Amino acid sequence: MDTTETSEEINEDRRRFVETTAAAIAAAGILNLLPPPEALAADDIRAFRVNTPEEQLVDLRRRIAATRWPDRETANDDSQGVQLAKFQELVRYWGTAYDWRKCESRLNALPQFLTTIDGVDIHFIHVRSSNPNAMPIIITHGWPGSVIEQLKIIDPLANPTAHGATASDAFHVVVPSLPGYGFSGRPTGVGWDPDRIARAWAELMKRLGYTRYVAQGGDWGTPVTSAMARQKAEGLLGIHINLPATVPPEVAAVLGGVAIPAGLSEKERAVLDALRANAKKGNAAYFTMMTARPQTVGYGATDSPAGLAAWILVHPGFSQWTYGADPKESPTKDDVLDNITLYWLTNTAASAARLYWENGARGSVIVAAAQKTDEISLPVAITVFPDDVYRAPETWARRAYRNLTYFHEVDKGGHFAAWEQPELFSAELRAAFRPLRSA
Amino acid sequence: MSPTENIDHNRRQVLSAATSGLVAAGAVSLFGSQASAATADDAVRPFTFKASKSDLDDLRRRVAATKWPEKETVSDDSQGVQLATMQKLARYWATDYDWQKCEAKLNALPQFITQIDGLDIHFIHVRSKHDNALPMIVTHGWPGSVIEQLKIIDPLTDPTAHGGSAADAFHLVIPSLPGYGFSGKPTAPGWNPVTIAKAWATLMQRLGYSKYVAQGGDWGNAISEVMALQQPPGLLGIHTNMAATVPPDVSKALSAGGPSPSGLSSEEMHAWDQLIDFYKNGLGYANEMALRPQTLYGIVDSPVGLAGWILDHDIRSYQMIARVFDDKPEGLSRDDVLDNITLYWLTNTAISSARLYWDTRHKLPPGGFFDVRGVKLPVGVSAFAEEIYQAPKSWAEKAYVKLVHYGNHPKGTHFAAWEQPALFVSDVRATFKSLRSA
Repeated sequence: MDTTETSEEINEDRRRFVETTAAAIAAAGILNLLPPPEALAADDIRAFRVNTPEEQLVDLRRRIAATRWPDRETANDDSQGVQLAKFQELVRYWGTAYDWRKCESRLNALPQFLTTIDGVDIHFIHVRSSNPNAMPIIITHGWPGSVIEQLKIIDPLANPTAHGATASDAFHVVVPSLPGYGFSGRPTGVGWDPDRIARAWAELMKRLGYTRYVAQGGDWGTPVTSAMARQKAEGLLGIHINLPATVPPEVAAVLGGVAIPAGLSEKERAVLDALRANAKKGNAAYFTMMTARPQTVGYGATDSPAGLAAWILVHPGFSQWTYGADPKESPTKDDVLDNITLYWLTNTAASAARLYWENGARGSVIVAAAQKTDEISLPVAITVFPDDVYRAPETWARRAYRNLTYFHEVDKGGHFAAWEQPELFSAELRAAFRPLRSA
Repeated sequence: MSPTENIDHNRRQVLSAATSGLVAAGAVSLFGSQASAATADDAVRPFTFKASKSDLDDLRRRVAATKWPEKETVSDDSQGVQLATMQKLARYWATDYDWQKCEAKLNALPQFITQIDGLDIHFIHVRSKHDNALPMIVTHGWPGSVIEQLKIIDPLTDPTAHGGSAADAFHLVIPSLPGYGFSGKPTAPGWNPVTIAKAWATLMQRLGYSKYVAQGGDWGNAISEVMALQQPPGLLGIHTNMAATVPPDVSKALSAGGPSPSGLSSEEMHAWDQLIDFYKNGLGYANEMALRPQTLYGIVDSPVGLAGWILDHDIRSYQMIARVFDDKPEGLSRDDVLDNITLYWLTNTAISSARLYWDTRHKLPPGGFFDVRGVKLPVGVSAFAEEIYQAPKSWAEKAYVKLVHYGNHPKGTHFAAWEQPALFVSDVRATFKSLRSA
């Protein structure tokens, strides 16, 4: 991890460590009070802080200033990709006024840790609620996201009474960085697919001493969270997902070129039409390329800040984003640049892309059969955010998940739901998991 | 880019000025010209290129300052262009590689620019000393350029010096596609194989050629085939080194992801295996360029990003190029590979060239790149074994009602003229022998 300094502590008694840490955080608000490492045990949990060397920030700004640009797109809309004019404005801001140190402080104000699981360092934020009966939850981001997507939901979940909810809705929040993402280690061998990550997450929760917990995810977080449910991870009570894999076989076949089946409801037909329009518009081109050739994508995105930013912003989750034109919109310009800068500083463009390659032949993350949803017997809760990649109809969700305990389509929010609508997202998690607390 | 242009409103004067320059330089003989008076728009202006020192310094500086990803997590090329290959390429590019040698080679050839449909079209035009030579327009593809064709110019225009007879001579016209190399970059949609094919017919007419043939691989095949469908006056036939021969039932099975139709011969089955692998694992770059070309800011800003993207065109040509940077003898040299990449870099055409995929996808009826188009004019085919797929003779016979030549070669990848110029030249001569007397 060349961009960071870590302070680490050894503690054979994991539970005591967790409590000590929580107390230290409460006392100091930050985590730099821990003594240096002595001897490493395999399941140690080490405190972590971000401390980016200034020269890396200088280099980033220098590269941004030296960006060589293409000519303007020949279309008058975004059908050829991220449009030059608004993109240049964002990149100019990134190279001049943007301040990574603010993001670093926000991260370092949270208790962060590293622990080695299955040979890879896993970074995670761990915020315990002041309510000892809080429900532990592990929340998984996707691509092109990171733990930065989740920062706005931590307090509403861990400290519900400050956000108009009741103490009994409290969560202990664990937010890991996927292997190859952010401050987690970059795997040097193959095999880190969603199933393996799910097993690592179960180990993480066990290592933190949680015997009853829930899991949440969108984007890649969905396959990971769903795999935990399929694997019946010890102590896992149920899951909530916001990019569910509900597309039934006959609809998946249509997307593959087969004729439209009879008997679709009006709503299902509308979803199918939207999926087909998306495919035609080319919203999945990045998916194809990262699945097939992540290393090739990596060169330009690793060497060029603008190249990285454009590759991230091509994700359909940003298609409605205003590039900061609306200052009230979440994520803000700074939020998005925090996330892109995190990818840059940790040099994870290629390693993050590799998750697509690892998923490979498993195929689409929204197709029920590809994600083996019928093997999930644990309770599943779904919130559909209307501007996500697709609007899963309840009929399909009920077919895909036999133990669907919660289904709610809300009126706003998109692919980065926790980032865009943190209060609403938090309220959804409270409602979705309330029935599991008394179990 | 700092082209030196001799702008002249009287084309004949420009042509003869150019001609005397060429004769003096010993590069070509006399020029074909057209009797009609020229207008400003169809003037043909001589062209040379000289990269500025600051551009070349900047390129070397960027290559040397490359920020690298970590090594791929596999020990093969299944995740894309391998780090070791890229680093060898970058080391050579930043130190020993000399673009000015390539520039000198290009500038030793007669190059021109003429405006067609509002866009500057760059082309190399080498006339044979043999008066009865057959004019031929040769079209490159992506990620190629006129640099792919340099090795075939002498053998085709001067056959007697290369084991052929005077009767095998060609006058060669080698244009840069719109948005590629030294041609202009379109500022609006609309340049696709249909419009480019028409522009090429205009170009040949403007050069005074009333009977000619066309040749191409990659996009050059699509354009040559579309020309054959359009049948502009004077076009006698085409030669292709990436034939579009896939029968409808096979195409349908491919887009469904298999299985293959029953009854394929072993040769056809081999083509099927190559195609299904390409569609499953090799189409990512084309998909990205067809759908989101403007997203590729990284290959405009990063030389190594550009090189990686270009090397990953298809698996067998990549493997061949990887061997080149491992110092194995191949049809291409390290300089060949870097001449082409450097041309893309210096002309800043990574995205404008990628847009041809977008423009084609948005303006043409659906249909695979390799699907039979129904060409009725005479066609010659070179089928190289390491091409994206090796077109079987049985398919070629069905795809082209007048198949006049079929050459099958065990060695050679996607870049036939560049990598296997001798085999390529021999097939081109054989293809057009029978059409010369027409």
